[in-house]
Amino acid sequence: MTRKKRRLYFVILGLLAVGAAAALVLSALRQDIVFFFSPTEIMEAKVPTEGRRIRLGGLVEQGSVVKEGATVRFKVTDGAHALPVVYEGLLPDLFREGQGVVTEGRMGQGVFVASEVLAKHDENYMPKEVAESLKKSGHWQGEHPEQVQK
Amino acid sequence: MIAEIGHFALILALAVAAIQASVPLIGARNGNASWMGLAGPTSAAQMLLVCISFAALMHAYITSDFSVMNVAQNSHTDKPMLYKVAGVWGNHEGSLLLWITILAIFGFAVTLFGRNLPPGLKARALAVQAMITVGFLLFILFTSNPFDRLDPPPFNGQGLNPLLQDPGLAFHPPLLYLGYVGFSMAFSFAIAALIEGRVDAAWARWVRPWTLAAWVFLTCGIALGSWWAYYELGWGGWWYWDPVENASFMPWLAGTALLHSAVVVEKRDALKSWTILLAITAFGLSLLGTFLVRSGVITSVHAFATDPARGVFILGLLVVAIGGSFLLYALRAPSLKIGGLFAPLSREGTLLLNNVLMATGAGTVLLGTLYPLFADALNLGKVSVGPPFFNSVFLPLMVPMVLAMAVGPLMSWKRGDLAGALARLKVAAGLSILVAIATWLLQGGSLGPWWAAGGMALACWLFLGTLTELAERTRLFRVPFEQSVSRLGKLPRSAWGMTLTHAGLAVFIAGMTASSAWKSESVQSQKIGETVTVAGYSFTLKDVQNVQGPNYMASRGTFEVTKDGHGFAVMQPQKRQYKMPPMPTTEAAIETTFLGDVYAVIGDESSDGGYVTRLYYNPLVVWMWFGTAMMVVGGLVSLSDRRHRVGAPSRARVPANSVKA
Repeated sequence: MTRKKRRLYFVILGLLAVGAAAALVLSALRQDIVFFFSPTEIMEAKVPTEGRRIRLGGLVEQGSVVKEGATVRFKVTDGAHALPVVYEGLLPDLFREGQGVVTEGRMGQGVFVASEVLAKHDENYMPKEVAESLKKSGHWQGEHPEQVQK
Repeated sequence: MIAEIGHFALILALAVAAIQASVPLIGARNGNASWMGLAGPTSAAQMLLVCISFAALMHAYITSDFSVMNVAQNSHTDKPMLYKVAGVWGNHEGSLLLWITILAIFGFAVTLFGRNLPPGLKARALAVQAMITVGFLLFILFTSNPFDRLDPPPFNGQGLNPLLQDPGLAFHPPLLYLGYVGFSMAFSFAIAALIEGRVDAAWARWVRPWTLAAWVFLTCGIALGSWWAYYELGWGGWWYWDPVENASFMPWLAGTALLHSAVVVEKRDALKSWTILLAITAFGLSLLGTFLVRSGVITSVHAFATDPARGVFILGLLVVAIGGSFLLYALRAPSLKIGGLFAPLSREGTLLLNNVLMATGAGTVLLGTLYPLFADALNLGKVSVGPPFFNSVFLPLMVPMVLAMAVGPLMSWKRGDLAGALARLKVAAGLSILVAIATWLLQGGSLGPWWAAGGMALACWLFLGTLTELAERTRLFRVPFEQSVSRLGKLPRSAWGMTLTHAGLAVFIAGMTASSAWKSESVQSQKIGETVTVAGYSFTLKDVQNVQGPNYMASRGTFEVTKDGHGFAVMQPQKRQYKMPPMPTTEAAIETTFLGDVYAVIGDESSDGGYVTRLYYNPLVVWMWFGTAMMVVGGLVSLSDRRHRVGAPSRARVPANSVKA
């Protein structure tokens, strides 16, 4: 086997792997990525949300959390609009009213059906997307809203 | 006072590292032995100074010196001693100091163990190692000084994030960093070899044990983090393809590829420039991981509050380190001598296949991890890339790799006999197909996911394939049995290492497949006395009591669990409320059996007077931990091979004065 042949083999192997990966990535990017929206974007129907798996982020509205058995209802707000969310399951430890939250699920009849409520590891942490959507709607209160209130 | 000594020692270390980064390099260029020789003493001094600094911070934590801002923000007098110590690296500044300490210790290890190294290579490698130290010392001194004072000192500290107050997480960061920083050795030696323009077997023999050590630490660190997420977060899962997890997984993939290609360099003197590229990539991905975790550019469920200004600094460091090395690579790699030839179907060929798939896999993980950043920058909307993406992209790429893993070790170097190798794997193939069919039937045809049968068959194939290779080496069934046993005893440890590691991966794949495919879960509001059955286990909630811990209050549920009418276990999950910082955490109760984990979580009181409970049955989870442990032990066994220790890097026939840039 000559040097050139070996190099050719190397290149073909590489191309095959990269090609397979590219095909997998492209098909996955079409189906498997999840878009993030604020309540305003969803409620003013600026975005197509039907049937798609999406993420909804904002603040948990004060006084909106209702627990019935293992089902939790609350509203996610960005100050301008509040969208009702229903979730069945155990909430993450740091889920609190007035705090930032990111949920993942699908839009139902005017209600967001969440299959996941994402936890955070740190009470001072605000998801970047939530911070930006709050800034956009003019309800941003600084880096750590809960510290400002102290 | 002690804090100031720590701070001062860091500044001195910066000066020493600056000398170490420049003088030996110039010495190596000009062939000046005394300038090159400076690398040794400076690396010792640097290590000593950094360790003094680390000890000073440790002292501040142990004595709860709240006049040090870092301690005041992250510690508390009520905290158990273990977490006072672990608290040193449970925060940004301290974890950076730990990173630098490990870097300095690794650098000193080169001086300590590298007596046989050619002086030019050693001087250059130590200089490159010092350049990394300089970068990180500048970072810590200018943006994240752990010794900043607080005046007046507060009466008590703010405490450590309770999620981090856990024995699993106490040792997770140091192990992870030992892995990340361990790859800096391969990196420094790769850069030194590029400057020198020579890569040979001696180089690979020196780099391999360090890469292996780093790989062992990184594997341990990732597994510990995953185990922690499994029992501490109470979600019943163990891997979420979260950016922070990916950040540690990408260097692992590149490092695994590097381990295998370094073997080819050592044994066959081939794939040299590819190996150099992998060495640069493995450490580059470690740096990238640090950047992703520390800068907060990507939303992660594991994220902690971060400071964007620091991100810019690490990004700069990243650009200089990776950009500079790739530039050097582009300039120098073509001048590396091309080594031994091999046929596509050979041991080298299969190792190359492993490398290509590993590298492609790491590439797709990188793409998925960074895609949200690209999409945001290009105004394609805010997206998150989660488990569905990685599962449908990464896992298919690993299937051919696992298939080839059983074949590769049976091929001979240079020119292999694929038909012969496959013929020897007949038994393994037959049994794997049987396993696939059995799995399919047992899970009730299409009731379970279709890939479960494939996953179990792959695990069986790899396990039996690895055993086949062991049987081949000992010529089992072809020579008398006693002779096979004595051959078994004479196998080199590196062979045992490979067998254990590959078999460990097989066990891991079985555990991963089963726990993902056949997990049962039930979430409900459960009243006292009520019974819920999950996967044949009946959980009766007996009572919920308040208990007091050293720095928390907890409500503790008591479940009586029975299976088929027989008592199985009493399980007591807790929901804790820590006092400082005031934060709730979930403590799952887990009963592990060989076939699966019974897992119970208790939540808040619900409006109907019950408690929200989450009950799981996770099959074969312990196989994953056991498989990982086999991989780690395999790495350690291979590391203890005498070839790695005895007279490793010697370059016979190369006169010392041939060193030139």
